[in-house]
Amino acid sequence: MDLAFTKEEIAFREEVREFFKNNVPPETRRKLQEGRHLSKDEMVTWWRILNKKGWGVTHWPKEYGGTGWTTVQHYIFNEELQSYPAPQPLAFGVSMVGPVIYTFGNEKQKKEYLPRIANVDDWWCQGFSEPGSGSDLASLKTTAERKGDKWIINGQKTWTTLAQHADMIFCLCRTDKNAKKQMGISFIVFSMRSKGVTVRPIQTIDGGHEVNEVFFDDVEVPYENLIGEENKGWDYAKFLLGNERTGIARVGVSKERLRRIRALASKVESGGRPVIEDPAFREKLTACEIELKALELTQLRVVADEGKHGKGKPNPASSVLKIKGSEIQQTTTELLMEIIGPFAAPYDEHGDAGSNESMDWTAQIAPSYFNNRKVSIYGGSNEIQRNIISKAVLGL
Amino acid sequence: MDFDLSEEQRLLKESIDGLLTDAYDFDARKKYMKEKGGWSKALWGKLAEQGLLGLPFAETDGGFGAGAVETMIVMEALGKALVVEPYLATVVVAGGFLRHGGSAEQKAKYIPGIIDGSKTFGFAQLEKNSRYDLFDVVTTAKKKGDGWVIDGEKFVVLNGENADTLVVTARTKGGQRDKTGIGVFLVPADAKGVTKKGYPTQDGLHAADITFTNVEVGADAAIGDPENGLPLIERVADEARTALCAEAVGAMDQSLKDTVEYIKTRKQFGVAIGSFQSLQHRAADMFVALEQARSMSMFATMASDFSDAKERSSAVAAAKVQVGKSLKFVGQQSIQLHGGIGMTMEAKIGHYFKRLTMIENTLGDTDYHLRRVSEGGGLLA
Repeated sequence: MDLAFTKEEIAFREEVREFFKNNVPPETRRKLQEGRHLSKDEMVTWWRILNKKGWGVTHWPKEYGGTGWTTVQHYIFNEELQSYPAPQPLAFGVSMVGPVIYTFGNEKQKKEYLPRIANVDDWWCQGFSEPGSGSDLASLKTTAERKGDKWIINGQKTWTTLAQHADMIFCLCRTDKNAKKQMGISFIVFSMRSKGVTVRPIQTIDGGHEVNEVFFDDVEVPYENLIGEENKGWDYAKFLLGNERTGIARVGVSKERLRRIRALASKVESGGRPVIEDPAFREKLTACEIELKALELTQLRVVADEGKHGKGKPNPASSVLKIKGSEIQQTTTELLMEIIGPFAAPYDEHGDAGSNESMDWTAQIAPSYFNNRKVSIYGGSNEIQRNIISKAVLGL
Repeated sequence: MDFDLSEEQRLLKESIDGLLTDAYDFDARKKYMKEKGGWSKALWGKLAEQGLLGLPFAETDGGFGAGAVETMIVMEALGKALVVEPYLATVVVAGGFLRHGGSAEQKAKYIPGIIDGSKTFGFAQLEKNSRYDLFDVVTTAKKKGDGWVIDGEKFVVLNGENADTLVVTARTKGGQRDKTGIGVFLVPADAKGVTKKGYPTQDGLHAADITFTNVEVGADAAIGDPENGLPLIERVADEARTALCAEAVGAMDQSLKDTVEYIKTRKQFGVAIGSFQSLQHRAADMFVALEQARSMSMFATMASDFSDAKERSSAVAAAKVQVGKSLKFVGQQSIQLHGGIGMTMEAKIGHYFKRLTMIENTLGDTDYHLRRVSEGGGLLA
């Protein structure tokens, strides 16, 4: 047992840090530090910088533009990216549909889609959840009916993140109504500009617009846009969700936020002294740092295990990472709320700018606290994660 | 970065797990606890035979030169089996003082007796008002000729009732809470002026309250610098805390396994109660708590190599915080999920809870260590 990184790994970390320092646009970094939303342009600009460096799709196989890094290198890269902070690659393209296409797609699809995903020439969104299908995803009702060389798609998706920016969607559609619910689903991709696609924004409690409802009304899609085999979509969806393991704990994000909390708590006064000098606050902050250290170690154990024994089956330990990681993220936003106190109140209807320049950093704190309630709900709610642990680990 | 055991460490784990599976089921434990002194000399002899009592000592001292990981492996196994024999007090604590502070003569005099299982030790540190502060010492050691005279009262001395030799912290200089002027002394338990009041502890181990009245020891009784022993005491205490974290992980691990097994078999309303989601989620949360504790136990173990003493002790304190939180949850919920049967002395599960609870209150509890980390500037600093 040994905690230390090798000399090569430390050199790699330095290279990554140096690259971020020289290449992440400062305004992008500042917005992330303050929990603000980035514009589409800001995100795409950064992702293209990453892709030009060859780091756009790090974990893909080399033949499709991946790096061939070790699991530890991936871990280091993610950590540094999150804690710098810099925007993470667009998960829907890079981590979700990309791997499904290079694993189950045909040659034509690989050639057509993969380079465009890597360079974010297409912005992808995910058409999984429906109004009646949340945790029980397999009950989805959106249909794709075969008609000659076309699919006719009807139905509604929801919680579609950043669909307002999207060029393409990957969609789970019911293609066999008579099959058992998991068996009759197919994985189909198509353009968001197709006739019959309507995107309607959902405003979340923070006031922001991240998620959308997407309606399909007799949308015509070429048959060849089916990925893999008909009625096997559920398998691909499981593969996709199981793939989303590294970075799920978002340790780097929480680390960066805890550093910021310490800095802010040293500046803001309460009771005639900096908040950080209040022992009750400081102990809460320290307790959170300890939880995060434990989580980081748990994540490293999973990473080291995968490095040694291969990825194999989805590791149920990733449910631990999801539960603890989301709880810690939420705690960090609570600590920020405590620091800001009554100055949390002003609400800016029109988005991001704080009304008072000198207190500018306060503008996003309450929205970010409200917004972070999502992290224990999405990606398989924490209750679903507990089901997974009790079944897959404990055998209950 | 590597969290796997080496081949030799794996063999060590197999051998101690094997030994305890054979020799330390719950009935055997009850039998051992009824023996004179409250633990089994025969079992202790078996540990010695397998070399487990000599693990951390240098080969030149007759040991195996093993490191913190090996101690972690042993302590986890002892935790799983709820072993009551005085491994912590003798091998980890007294052994630690001798390894890090002992002179060549002291090593030669005491280590062979630890390794061959013929001698055990007690750790006389806690005082009436010291609570968890290792530097809070009223017991005095006054120079007399070449040697020392020790006076004072020590409480809940680990293995104090049965030990052959006591490791005693005593003040040679300064006031009650001064960080300098503390020494560490080896005192024969049968020395003139040593009065012991022994008793069983809540977890089935044995301790003693011990009064030292004009106890005379030689110059060779002092381990390390008698006027500046605190760094040594802190180092050994950190090793003991690390060992306790590993023991707690072993106890939690088995406690959760037994609980899961129980709710799979216990039937109510015509079904196994483990089919109820409220119990499943509780068990899942226990697993999360256990894995977080395991990670921090490993962290503390690996931190023993850190060159920076502050960083090392902050890592250990953080581990004790996480383990303390986890053990309370896992311990309490193990009882809850067992229901009424968990309340009985007859069932094993309550004994895990009791041992875990005593670990929390040994060498600093969750709040104490949280305060230490917090006052040290946090963990990210």
